[in-house]
Amino acid sequence: MSTVHERPHDIALAASGTKPPLTQRPGLLSQHLGTALVGAIIGYAIGHWLGNTISSHYPYIANSGQNAIADTLGLMLGVVGWLLGIGALNYPLAKLVGRQPSSEVEIQGWSKYFRYSTNHKTVGLQYVVGVLLFMFTGGLLAMAIRTELLSPTTHVFSPDTYIKIVSEHGTVMMMMATSIVVGPLGNYLVPLMIGSRRMAFPRIEAFSFWIFVAGYMVIFSAMPFGGFPTGWTGYAPLQTQAGPGMVSYLFGFAVIGLGMMAAGFNIAVTIINYRAPGMTWSRVPIFVWSILATAALLTLATPTLFAAGVFGLLDRTVQTAFYVTEHGGSSYLWENLFWFFGHPEVYIMALPGFGIAGEILPVFTRKPLFAYKVGAAGMIGVSLLSFFVWQHHLFQSGINPDMRPLFMLTTELISIPTGFIYLVGMGTMYKAKIRFDLPMLFVMALYFNFLIGGVTGVFLSDVPVNVTVHGGFFVLSHFHYTIMGGLLFAFMAGLYYWLPKMTGRMMNRRIGLWHFWTMFIFFNLTFFPMFIIGLLGQPRRVFTYAKNLQGLNDFSSISAFVLGFSFLIFFFNLVWSLYINPVKAPDNPWDSLGLEWQTATPVPAHNFDRIPVVLADPYHYSEVNAPAVADLGPSSPPDEPSLSGAPV
Amino acid sequence: MNETHHLRRMTIAWVIVSVVADVLFWFFVGPHVPPGRMTDMATSNQFDFNILFVIALPVLIGVWIYLGYTIVVWSAKRGGPEPVGGEAARTNRTAQVAWITITSVVVLFLAGFGTVELIVNNGSGGGEGPNPVWSPAGATKAEAAALAGTGTWSPNSGQVLPVQVIGQQWKFTYRYPTFGGFETSQLVLPTNTTIAFNVTSLDVTHSFWAYQLGVKADANPLINDVAYTATTQQGQFVVRCSELCGIWHGAMYNYGRVVSQQAFAAWAQRTEAANAANTKLLPAFAWTYTPDANGAAGGYYPDGKVTPYSSAEVYGAKQPAS
Repeated sequence: MSTVHERPHDIALAASGTKPPLTQRPGLLSQHLGTALVGAIIGYAIGHWLGNTISSHYPYIANSGQNAIADTLGLMLGVVGWLLGIGALNYPLAKLVGRQPSSEVEIQGWSKYFRYSTNHKTVGLQYVVGVLLFMFTGGLLAMAIRTELLSPTTHVFSPDTYIKIVSEHGTVMMMMATSIVVGPLGNYLVPLMIGSRRMAFPRIEAFSFWIFVAGYMVIFSAMPFGGFPTGWTGYAPLQTQAGPGMVSYLFGFAVIGLGMMAAGFNIAVTIINYRAPGMTWSRVPIFVWSILATAALLTLATPTLFAAGVFGLLDRTVQTAFYVTEHGGSSYLWENLFWFFGHPEVYIMALPGFGIAGEILPVFTRKPLFAYKVGAAGMIGVSLLSFFVWQHHLFQSGINPDMRPLFMLTTELISIPTGFIYLVGMGTMYKAKIRFDLPMLFVMALYFNFLIGGVTGVFLSDVPVNVTVHGGFFVLSHFHYTIMGGLLFAFMAGLYYWLPKMTGRMMNRRIGLWHFWTMFIFFNLTFFPMFIIGLLGQPRRVFTYAKNLQGLNDFSSISAFVLGFSFLIFFFNLVWSLYINPVKAPDNPWDSLGLEWQTATPVPAHNFDRIPVVLADPYHYSEVNAPAVADLGPSSPPDEPSLSGAPV
Repeated sequence: MNETHHLRRMTIAWVIVSVVADVLFWFFVGPHVPPGRMTDMATSNQFDFNILFVIALPVLIGVWIYLGYTIVVWSAKRGGPEPVGGEAARTNRTAQVAWITITSVVVLFLAGFGTVELIVNNGSGGGEGPNPVWSPAGATKAEAAALAGTGTWSPNSGQVLPVQVIGQQWKFTYRYPTFGGFETSQLVLPTNTTIAFNVTSLDVTHSFWAYQLGVKADANPLINDVAYTATTQQGQFVVRCSELCGIWHGAMYNYGRVVSQQAFAAWAQRTEAANAANTKLLPAFAWTYTPDANGAAGGYYPDGKVTPYSSAEVYGAKQPAS
């Protein structure tokens, strides 16, 4: 086989003698994380100066010494500088001025993880580190919240600092959770699972990661600006009244939104168009179905968030009044736009978790996935219905009382397709022979936790009961049970399951068991009392509460500290298993039939020597005369066109 | 072991545990479930919660028993027969149809039940906005009379009592339009009376949560959010803000009292008289009041000299009239 065949798209050019462009070689012009940071700083400085220059007569935001236009332009040009610095704009800019862009070449060695890479596996691993960093910072903020809530009368933080910590925690976690599976596992695994060598739009894929990081920095820039007091929901008019940190929130959501749209668009197109021959819709792995449903939601729901954020910025900068009731706008507009995105977002976070569970179950039960078609249909059903439920967040807001029965109905209807995941799971476990390895343990925990999250969701959707539980710790506990108890446990299952393929190293089982049991037990001990705390009348986002609730709050806080510690065990396991005491992973340690496991470990740059011909779905476990999943044998040269249009 | 044995065992365990759990819950926990029974709304909200819980418990117990059974009986460590793959393990029409039918029936029942409860209970204590679609008898008339300044309320008259709730950073105050429109930070209500809460805000969005009354309604500036409840027991209740409204959101709470009708009438007349001088300075009673940039400085009523709130202006500075 020629070199060309091993290295599809642009990589082929370098291999056949073309030198990488200067920006991707070591040297002064090399582009990487460092140049991106420099670009961001320069961009911010220019934007801030420009803002102050063109709007010097505008009033400053009260008590801040800041000007909203300068802040917005600073962040905006900062992000542009970041993208220029990392090299994300090299290709489009070259095209713009009519030059033939130099092709991206995959740098070898560890430094590729700090560069703009169009290799989906590199992007996947970049995302792993990115979301873990995001999660870790959000988790530290959660520890701060629980510390404050140890006592209703003795305060660790001022109310001002506390509400900003709460807001930052919520926003960071929500932003992270939208990408926690789609980013790392979606990007890494989808091409492998559908038998493709690449994503449909590798540059958009790389863009989605680097702008995700930019969004992380933008949202954290709120802290030096003095934070924002609105929680992650950013309700107007509190939003309009807030200080300069609000600019970071609004612009941060817009930036993250761009990344979510890019990622969703790229993944949806990839799944639809880059399936290998024979990968019919009835053979597509259930994880890919979940990612497709998620990608559809990312693409269709996020523009609303983007628009909502931009409207908010316009209100703050050029004095529009989208959300200012007194000037003809409406605070309900924000609530509707935000939740029109916000509720589909809940399923952006839930669906990939279901996909991971569906993918892992057959491997560890040694049985085919039960009711595969119902499961896939359920995911599509959930993503469609999720656009018709958002006003259940506004049940007590005073808007549209006559619509409440409708939104109560749609919200409760969505529990039918959501329940399919239990049909699939319980059917698959039936009369199985289950290996309780780490991934399976996390999946079992997902089924336990998500059930509580789902059932309490029905209480919230019931308008009369909603009167008591809306806006309190009950709802807080509910969504932590679905997102953390569901998605995060699924993500952990996915990491323990797929990291051997991604890194070539097995995760340590003993440390993993410590991680699992501390996380599972103390997750429940942290959040279950919050249902009771909520029912007993504690609203969300308060720094003080009734004295009689201190016992429950303390119990929850102390459990939360141990829950936080369980993540340290996980990080320790990562370091231990990947660096300190690495154990080489076999090509297929779990005996999976999944196409992604049929490749070598580590996965070759081009994934498959030849585009595989898929012969069956990957769930033919314990079947006599089971068909092979795919024909992987080397034969004809690849038919992939070069990314840059150059002949292969 | 054949298929029917597994299913029979699980079903028997499920039925027994569910029935016991439901009965224990209904009789021992249910009567104590928040928000209690201080008003008709609280009572109906508690009833609805308990009905949902009695339906939810068997669902939870069913899945837990199944998962527990799976872990114990079908673990690879226990050995046992090899699982069987193939078409039969992939689909089971009966199981799938049964699952979808049962979940659909439960869900549709819950939606129907919730809707009936919502309508029968006149919005169930939730904020219905300025034009409630479900209201108790006499409420609309009482509200109109209150706005016109002709509303009255006296003990044993069976009249609806309109009360205005005004949220602002970071306290609730209350106006009683049937008693001259005086404003006070005390919320006192007569027992055995239907109350029409008219909730509004002078700055950001708050939420008026009268916990034991079973009432929750967002307080939005320039919007009158109406919620109803009928008091049935005397006692104290807590009012908390349940929508994040800024730094001191956590401290935005106070207490109210439900007292006898005579005691309420006496209190209202006494307070009306005591506050008469202050009430004169207040603007005429209205469902909403235009906030302005000077809210924090106290000039929040539409006196014709202030401009509406503007986002970018410095707080505390007067602006020219628009």
